[in-house]
Amino acid sequence: MAISDKKSAPLEFEQPLAVLAQQIEALEKQLADNPNPELDADIAHLREQYKHLKRSLYSNLRPIDHLALARHAQRPYTRDYFDRWDDDWMELHGDRQGSDDQAMTCGLLELDEFAVVAVGTQKGRTLRDKQQCNFGMPQPEGYRKALRLFQHAEKFRLPVVTLIDTPGAYPGMTAEEHNQSQAIAMNLRELAGLTVPVVAVVTGEGGSGGALGIGVANRILMLEHSVYSVISPEGCASILWRSAEKVSEACQSMKMTARELLAQGVVDEVIEEPLGGAQHDHEFAARATREAIVRHLRELSSLSPEKLRSDRQGKFRKVGSFMEDKRTESNG
Amino acid sequence: MLKRSENRWKFDEMDLKEWFASRRKSREALQVKQPLTTEEYCALWTQCFQCRELLYTRDLRNNLHVCPKCQYHFRIGADQRLEQLADPDSFEELDPDLVSADPLGFVDTETYPNRQAEASRKSGLREAIVTGSCKINGLKVALGVMDFGHFGGSMGSVVGEKAARLIEFAGRNSLPLILVSSSGGARMQEGILSLMQMAKTSSALKTFHDQRLLYISILTEPTFGGVTASFAMLGDIVLAEPGARIGFAGRRVIEQTIKQKLPADFQTAEYLLKNGQLDMVVERAKLREVLSRLIVFHLKAAVKDTAARSGPKAKAETVAAQERLTPSR
Repeated sequence: MAISDKKSAPLEFEQPLAVLAQQIEALEKQLADNPNPELDADIAHLREQYKHLKRSLYSNLRPIDHLALARHAQRPYTRDYFDRWDDDWMELHGDRQGSDDQAMTCGLLELDEFAVVAVGTQKGRTLRDKQQCNFGMPQPEGYRKALRLFQHAEKFRLPVVTLIDTPGAYPGMTAEEHNQSQAIAMNLRELAGLTVPVVAVVTGEGGSGGALGIGVANRILMLEHSVYSVISPEGCASILWRSAEKVSEACQSMKMTARELLAQGVVDEVIEEPLGGAQHDHEFAARATREAIVRHLRELSSLSPEKLRSDRQGKFRKVGSFMEDKRTESNG
Repeated sequence: MLKRSENRWKFDEMDLKEWFASRRKSREALQVKQPLTTEEYCALWTQCFQCRELLYTRDLRNNLHVCPKCQYHFRIGADQRLEQLADPDSFEELDPDLVSADPLGFVDTETYPNRQAEASRKSGLREAIVTGSCKINGLKVALGVMDFGHFGGSMGSVVGEKAARLIEFAGRNSLPLILVSSSGGARMQEGILSLMQMAKTSSALKTFHDQRLLYISILTEPTFGGVTASFAMLGDIVLAEPGARIGFAGRRVIEQTIKQKLPADFQTAEYLLKNGQLDMVVERAKLREVLSRLIVFHLKAAVKDTAARSGPKAKAETVAAQERLTPSR
């Protein structure tokens, strides 16, 4: 068992684990220098403790801890999934109107018996990548590129799979000038009208309208530690609490974790991650996600085109919480 | 005029002592009267946000809440908007009884129900949108009007539901649809449910769109976030009022992100027009006329189209459309 995971620096709530791992490592060094059965037993005990601590730590995560995991720098990104699902997938580029937004990765790939059109936001691993991908924040051109692929899927009757991992649509000057709002709105409308199956998976951050812009699907799945919210917790804290320090409270209040959203009926399934988060085992995360997507595609493939559309439209039609409050006096 | 001359005549008659006495009296009388409270003062006078001119509120109201000096378009409430757009007494409200629940038990520095109560007290409305059917210059339309004064015009479950029901109502009755937007975006207090209203309304508009019916979206000061990124930008025709600020992200957020100052007119209706995001910027005084012209234009086209297709159903549609074209005041 690899105790200290070089892949990831410990997050704030993982500190106790890191301390324990350090102790074990130090003891192991000692053991290597002079073999001692007593020390051996100590180490075994500590390893046992480590396992327990890890389990209890990850089963009692606060919403803000989920957020930290969802944003983890080593978390698998869209390209990691695509590469693992189909090492021969074909990337398609461009919105045909003068731009190819790297924050929106699109392609054709095969998942078991399904040939699908896949669209996902891409964050970028290295600094260079990150800059090219604009940290996973698509411009309007990115949404139009995605729309082109949705229309392609409709024309050739291919199911659509989208992966969502974005802080949100890019809030920039040219993004506004090129009509970010309209680009997202068009995607919402056109996705609603597709007559092929659409499955969306939130793999990391589901940031507001920028996430929904590729998220109007028959089935919405979320990885265990991913989050999905109407506004970034930072934005919410600064608007409602007028303080950037209240991020934890904002996370708590907005109910943005996968399990909370499943309970609200907005999400259809939570995909389990390896203990400690998907960053520890990309292969595991990719396999579990693929398995879930294929399962849902199989279920959906029995529906007629018209039914697929009405199923999706019906799903969003009933989301909301309100009451009918009759009263006698006239409206102010 | 007459009064002044009368006074003068009076002055001629009284001696100086008397005159001073009467002066004192009138001054006392004035002082007894309480000076205007700020609220009363504001009710009586309004300062223009743009040119700083002090305007008599009643004059401003008579001028559709547009500054007569600089043409600044003041924000107006849903009731005033309805009064300005709909033919008198033609508005019939839909779903007036829908109110928000508190699905998340949301608490920030205040609970969500308390914030709702506060919003209603301020705006006199139950929610940030009023929907219904009405006539504009005798043409029947489905009309929804948002009110920024209620909870910042934010879209939660009720706004989304009322908008979706209005769109469906327009579709069922083959009516032109008009939505007047004014919103700060999605309502954070309902979490993801608010976000999903964007999908709900856009999905309803997809069905409406496929019915080949007319949707005119009117953007007013201010329209941002989730509302812009859903139904507000999906109009077949998109209009905006002069000076209205419209966008996806707020100015401050953009400035912080790109770390540079934005031009002063950034995100104004005129700026959007220049960037190809709007069809027209329409003064408030001309809005009714522009709307009815657009509706008649498209109805005529629809009548022609249905007439070209034969069959009893098409004939019935033609008759119905022609009836709608004939103003019945």
